[in-house]
Amino acid sequence: MSLLSLNAIETAIGQYAVLHQVSLEVCEGGVFVLLGRNGAGKTTTLRSIMGLWRPSAGSVVFQGQDMRGLHTAEIARLGIAYVPESMGIFGGLTVEENLILATRNGRFDQERLKRIWQLFPALERFWSKQAWSLSGGQKQMLSVARAIIEPRKLILVDEPTKGLAPAIVDAMMEAFRDISQTTTILLVEQNFEFAKSLGRDMAVIEDGRVVHTGSMADFARDTALQNRLLSLSAS
Amino acid sequence: MTHAPSLASPKQTWGALTVKLLVLLVAALLLFAPFLFQDTRSIEVAARICVFIVLVASYDVLIGYTGIVSFAHTMFFGFGAYGAAIALRTMGPGWDAIALGASVGCVISIVVAAAIGLLSLRVKAIFFAMITLAAASVVMVLASQLSQITGGEDGITYKTPAVFKTAYKLLVDDHGKVVRWFGVKINGKLAAYYFVYASCFALFLVMLRLVGSPIGTVLKAIRENEARAEAIGYRVVAYRTFVFCFSAVVASLAGTIYAIWLKYTGPKTALSFTIMIDILLMVVIGGMGTMWGAVIGAVLLVLAQYYLRDLMGSAAEALVNVPLAPQVLAPDRWLFWLGIIFILLVYNFPKGIAGTLADKGASR
Repeated sequence: MSLLSLNAIETAIGQYAVLHQVSLEVCEGGVFVLLGRNGAGKTTTLRSIMGLWRPSAGSVVFQGQDMRGLHTAEIARLGIAYVPESMGIFGGLTVEENLILATRNGRFDQERLKRIWQLFPALERFWSKQAWSLSGGQKQMLSVARAIIEPRKLILVDEPTKGLAPAIVDAMMEAFRDISQTTTILLVEQNFEFAKSLGRDMAVIEDGRVVHTGSMADFARDTALQNRLLSLSAS
Repeated sequence: MTHAPSLASPKQTWGALTVKLLVLLVAALLLFAPFLFQDTRSIEVAARICVFIVLVASYDVLIGYTGIVSFAHTMFFGFGAYGAAIALRTMGPGWDAIALGASVGCVISIVVAAAIGLLSLRVKAIFFAMITLAAASVVMVLASQLSQITGGEDGITYKTPAVFKTAYKLLVDDHGKVVRWFGVKINGKLAAYYFVYASCFALFLVMLRLVGSPIGTVLKAIRENEARAEAIGYRVVAYRTFVFCFSAVVASLAGTIYAIWLKYTGPKTALSFTIMIDILLMVVIGGMGTMWGAVIGAVLLVLAQYYLRDLMGSAAEALVNVPLAPQVLAPDRWLFWLGIIFILLVYNFPKGIAGTLADKGASR
């Protein structure tokens, strides 16, 4: 069942057209991975879904609702969380404040909070610390935690492993595996090994156009296709 | 099901504790000011400090917590002051006049703030600041021009309720004379001071409650990054407009309190840009986004405005035999020295006194 549909969206940033007729179908459950080289339009796709950049043509439909004209805040309230590449945390606020901002009524669901502390123990340790003082990996954990502090239907995640140490990447992988049991994730990722181990469905975007869609398992087996679309070797 | 988080309270730095102790000391000194400093001028200074703490704190909610730069804060202060002044002059010295004047001041403040907010909070900060400057200028010109209502440049003098008259005896002894406590007459002047103190204290607590609530956290998030706040579901324009209206109402009520205390309202006491500059200086000296900074900034600047000249006069007399000292410390040069003190404070306390002190003792 389709959770999110992008129907021939076109997005321009200033005078530059970035997305051209991008169409995607993200089904409910699991991880959908959006792959592509730098500057292909992956982040623009996520920002277009969130309404941070407005598509000039086409439509974004979430659970049957056309989101054209909806404000970013209204899109978020439909149950879509966004974890941007820059992590999007509020450095001047504490870990607790960062998380409480993402709750619906300013109160924590203790069960979810415990789950977050199990996934990311560092957040419990640095609960009262200002977010700017966290390490890069901890900031990313906070960013992901903020996305799951409330039940969401869809989480958009932009390059969560960028610049992280291998040990943190492993922890992040476990976390996403756990989260994807209950929440659909649309993941933009350049780390193919990371994407491969998590993804169920995938698409490749190139120069603002979707050039391939299919299952991650099939794509992972087809090294020639990987080489052609992503310039990846079989290893 | 949701629960309040069971969390350990964050550790306070010694700097933050020092700031809070300073503020407590100020609150205590202001509370006992009529008994500690028994001259008229000191009570005037104490009352002005109380009003300016509220006015500066309400501006801090705007600039320090939400990142909105406005030059219209004195305009809202003026609405409250003129509302009370016009009502007291027209209806006579009663509480009904004060209530009506304060209410009208608040309503006008909300309407004007909402109109400015909804129309202009989407634009860049500098344009918003310019719009507020224009609005404040228009209101100041109107206050001068509509002299039949506002008294023009001369302003309005009026009577306040009898309980605030100096001659009013709050407590009398067996001979019908006013009772004295620690040498202080328990009269209407004292009642007026404690009315100012209690009202300002209550307003300050309301503001503390707001910035300590989840709304306060949202405001801080908006100050830090509007797009991020939007992306987690907050309508930034709605919140900014709300906080603009809120601080306008508090400023308006501060204006009403000051009008009751002074028994006079004119452009210089309620609408002048000098007041706006004072507010900005107090916020910067005290420290933005702390609330406690408003207390420290207001105390320091009001004390400097009232006593720096005297202090310099005494210093000039004491150093009369030192070459150049009497000229350099001449009381007329007090604004020059105030400027020097301001520069030194900004240099040594880049986040304001409260902000810089609060960071002391913080670990990573």
